Amino acid sequence: MKKVVKYVAFDILRNKIVIAYMVFLFLFSMGLFIIEEVPEKSLLSLLTLNLILIPLISIMFSTIYIYNSSEFIELLAAQPIQRKSLWLSFFIGLASALSLAFFIGCGIPVLLFSANSVGIIMIITGWILSVIFVSVSMFISVYIKDKTKGIGVSLLTWLYFTLLFDGVVLFVLFQLLEYPLEKLIIGLSVMNPIDLVRIISLLNMDVSALMGATSAIFKQSFAGNMGSLFSFGVLILWMILPLYLSVRKFDKKDL
Amino acid sequence: MGRVFTFKISLFLFFPFWILNGYATTIVVSPVNQQKVISNAFQQLKDGDTLIVKSGVYQEGAILLNKGLTIIGEGLPVIDGENKYENLLVEHDNVRIKGVVFKNSGSSSFTDIAALKIKNSKNIVVENCRFENNFFGIHTINSSNVSYLNNELISGMTKGKPSSNGIHCWKSKHLTLKNNTIKGHRDGIYFEFVTQSLIENNHSVGNKRYGLHFMFSHDNLYKKNEFRSNGAGVAVMYSKRVHMVNNLFAENWGNAAYGVLLKEIDDSKIENNVFHENTIAILSDGANRIQIFNNQFLKNGWALKVQASCSDVELNQNNFIGNTFDLATNGNLVMKSMDRNYWDKYEGYDLNKDGIGDVPYRPITFYSLIIERNPGTLMLFRSFFVKLMDKAESVFPSLTPENLKDTAPVMKKIKHLTNDSVFSNK
Repeated sequence: MKKVVKYVAFDILRNKIVIAYMVFLFLFSMGLFIIEEVPEKSLLSLLTLNLILIPLISIMFSTIYIYNSSEFIELLAAQPIQRKSLWLSFFIGLASALSLAFFIGCGIPVLLFSANSVGIIMIITGWILSVIFVSVSMFISVYIKDKTKGIGVSLLTWLYFTLLFDGVVLFVLFQLLEYPLEKLIIGLSVMNPIDLVRIISLLNMDVSALMGATSAIFKQSFAGNMGSLFSFGVLILWMILPLYLSVRKFDKKDL
Repeated sequence: MGRVFTFKISLFLFFPFWILNGYATTIVVSPVNQQKVISNAFQQLKDGDTLIVKSGVYQEGAILLNKGLTIIGEGLPVIDGENKYENLLVEHDNVRIKGVVFKNSGSSSFTDIAALKIKNSKNIVVENCRFENNFFGIHTINSSNVSYLNNELISGMTKGKPSSNGIHCWKSKHLTLKNNTIKGHRDGIYFEFVTQSLIENNHSVGNKRYGLHFMFSHDNLYKKNEFRSNGAGVAVMYSKRVHMVNNLFAENWGNAAYGVLLKEIDDSKIENNVFHENTIAILSDGANRIQIFNNQFLKNGWALKVQASCSDVELNQNNFIGNTFDLATNGNLVMKSMDRNYWDKYEGYDLNKDGIGDVPYRPITFYSLIIERNPGTLMLFRSFFVKLMDKAESVFPSLTPENLKDTAPVMKKIKHLTNDSVFSNK
């Protein structure tokens, strides 16, 4: 298992797209911090970028990588390796390589310019987002056999989480305007890891203190000791659940 | 000159009864003197006389002053209300009180018990006094030409003891409030039916409800004051010709906290003020003919919320920097003018280099409209979706009001005429 992880991770880190992703993140975040005098503002811009870019790269790259190595997976499956550990080592290889790319590209500038609790939350949530979307892509690629279809579905999934879901939220919130919405809002935020990460980051960036009753509800649910425990628990669930389902499927899959 | 003066004072101190009738008398009250009781001294004095109160604690229940005296505290004497009484009630013209500490007034749900109450009087000066742990600090009823200078009012330290307004004025005119500091009261400064008054360089900080609260108070000038961290900010209602200049409104955070709440305010000017980190810097409801000119709106949640019930609002030459929303409204708001403001969110260009942007700026965004109607949509704050919709809306406005725009936004920050001392008070 170790060998497979090592092989996958190094294979990915040599990949041009991942290197480009890392270099782009690094230049962009350095640029943001250098241009803007107030690090908090750069963090806000960086947050917006991360929320779009990290899921996109993680999900698309992992899906394509797994489809491309389908023959390699078949080969390895013929070896005396448990299917579970084969699949998990692919996950660990992908997740660690992309996390490393994120950490070098975005984490180092953040630590250089804004090494406070906000910056650290930003790095942790960015890392969590990388892993979540690798896990989601594993789920997609194990269920869909056709490569083109699989890539299309992952693209749609990314679009759903970054854009469509928020549109649906807006629609639902206006349909149910007459009802108490507190619990619904919390429920909806938990349904989308990108929204949840955004809310956690904004709560820590203190701009939220300005925003009245709804922010108080968010604070109650997602900040503070119990809140952080809850929100990070949900995020970890988002990492584990798709992976667990994909492992179960892969175990019985006819390759 | 100074030596002669001190000589005279010492004469007064040592031989107080030498002065004959017809001259101003001076009595010294002190815990170690023969004369220990302030209210007894009041009976011996007549209009125009002076009472010197030496350092010590005086517990005499409710004291009534109905003569035009000058009371001078030496070494901060304390008039203690023992949490039961109204410390001092003044019911006469021409009274001057200086350097006295008023402490522990009674509190009541039925009557307005104040540490110092001024009733039906003219020409009163209260200066350099301290008010500690009182229900009402200074209560003014039906008086005129009253000055409160350099006083400090602190309340709300005792748990369970209610505190009411710091400086409370009712049906009075020609008041002067200068250099007072009010902390921990319910409302810092409260005016009802107070006209033609000057409120300058006061610091109303950390009060439980409003820093400044007035109703039916016309023609007043508020200058260089600081209103910071009050429970609900500042609320002003039902008044005409209010003039607010060079004030600082800061850190009024909370669901119903405002830098300034303008409710039914007419013909007023808000100039050169700084609004810093308020949930809503200015909320204007039913206000007419308001000029908002050359203010700084920094890092507020909403810089301005102008309800459609307002008319003829002029919004010119202000700086909007770092606010989450610059302007929000709830309907078809029509402004009289909105020109030459600096908006940090403005993305236009200036081809002819005259310092004025060539395309108008629309301060109302798609999201500010949405969140106004449905606060739950805060969940989408700063999301990609909202940014996309804001952009689409700014290119093709359909939901946002067509005529609400700054036709001549300036490209550079406007130099601000604020008094720097207001800011240095942090």
